[in-house]
Amino acid sequence: MRDVAIVGTAQRPSQIETNLTSVELILPVIHEALTKVGIERSEVGFWCHGSCDYMSGQPFSFVAAVDAIGAWPPIVESHVEADGALALYEAWVKIQTGECDVAVVFSNGKTTSGPIDRILTLQADPYTVAPLWPGFDAMSALQARVCLDAGVVTERAMAEVAARSLADAKNNAVAYAKGDHSVDELLARPYTVAPLRAHDCGLPVDGANAVVLAAGDAARRLAKRPAWIRGIDHRIDTQRLGARNLTESNSARVAAQHAGVGHDKVDVAELLAPYTHQELLLRSALGLDADKTRINPSGGALVANPAMAAGLARFAEAAEAIFAGGADRAVAHCTSGPCLQQNLVCVMEGE
Amino acid sequence: MSEADGILRVRQPIGVQYRWSAGPNATSHLQGLIEGRLIGKRCPGCELVYFPPRNGVCPKCARILGADVEVGPRGTVTTFCIVNVPFLGQKVKIPYVAAQILLDGADISMQHLIQECEADEVRIGMRVEPVWKDRSEWGPTLESIAHFRPTGEPDVKLGAEAGAS
Repeated sequence: MRDVAIVGTAQRPSQIETNLTSVELILPVIHEALTKVGIERSEVGFWCHGSCDYMSGQPFSFVAAVDAIGAWPPIVESHVEADGALALYEAWVKIQTGECDVAVVFSNGKTTSGPIDRILTLQADPYTVAPLWPGFDAMSALQARVCLDAGVVTERAMAEVAARSLADAKNNAVAYAKGDHSVDELLARPYTVAPLRAHDCGLPVDGANAVVLAAGDAARRLAKRPAWIRGIDHRIDTQRLGARNLTESNSARVAAQHAGVGHDKVDVAELLAPYTHQELLLRSALGLDADKTRINPSGGALVANPAMAAGLARFAEAAEAIFAGGADRAVAHCTSGPCLQQNLVCVMEGE
Repeated sequence: MSEADGILRVRQPIGVQYRWSAGPNATSHLQGLIEGRLIGKRCPGCELVYFPPRNGVCPKCARILGADVEVGPRGTVTTFCIVNVPFLGQKVKIPYVAAQILLDGADISMQHLIQECEADEVRIGMRVEPVWKDRSEWGPTLESIAHFRPTGEPDVKLGAEAGAS
């Protein structure tokens, strides 16, 4: 295996209903990431993009994103119809093949230009679930209800996740929602999709981000303290919601085992939990103790959830914690699909 | 729901609506078409003029496009296709010509119809000009132009680089 590290990141401050095109949204973060790392476009051996055509409402809209990275002279690039974190996984594999030493991963989500709750429903089983348009929030609410009934989570514990995330977001320039709220104050708010309240659900925003990966000596040259990827794994549960135990995330647990999360202490964990109860499930699945590990110091997806970019944002935040020296060992996580169906877990370390 | 052959079926059409934005960089181009003007954008890096301005970004330089540039209205056919195949929703009588046209002052070609001549008279290098629809029909679309027609000027010899799109 080659040693691969994240050496630079850039994130766009969240916006609601931006008038920019996806290409205009992406371009500045690509420039920012390259400038921070101090490389030219010509030094990038592989580009990988994560986005979702259903969100822009245009088939093959992702092809236009190539304009933002420049395709002349010819480049090597790829796209995943998924969160940018999955694009990062592809780039990591590409570097492992030895075909390149430096890769740029980027993602964008114009989450507020369409009805995201309906659009994300298209991730559900296309035969028996998606045609019924249950709504992504509603599917998550059913999961929360199952978890509450089973005593796996409580509404108070969910509100505590929201309160902590909103307070932490005050230190995050990318975050959209932020502020100090007591748990009792949050619990007094009305349900939006019972048993979820508005603050239990990720906040849809428009955003874009980019992450630079490099192998071995290139990584040491490009970053003072690279965030070395020590383990990365992606697992998927069945698409049949009725066939899953929704009070746990089996795929997250297996991915965490294979990524080696439990091999040592974790200083910071950036988890893509678009719903408060899902953070509680993920903490359990990854074996994280909130007293020993800082969970989502960025505020996470609850304070800014640019769909298809929010997972890569977790990788960027975890890597930045290592760059800054605030963490020696960090976990980044991405989920997709309804009720934590897919999970990607990555362990990073500083030297 | 139907049970004609004993098998239960459910018809469940799905759809979503979007608030689509052309973006600030393509807006002057679309606004121009509403006003009967052909507006492209110049890249501040390579100075190429894009008509249409794609997504507001120069794909060669990966830079946001800069100043508006009025192009045309005349242009040159860089390549073309004679359409003989009928298809659902066809609006023009076959055979007709779909051509790539390099407007004067632009560096990428655009596609439009060539009419007011026989299809077999169209050739690479032919000079053409737009025929606009009635002003009441102008909108933020190249369909504000009904078609292009020959100007009768001498043909232009295109270099290897001309008309690359």
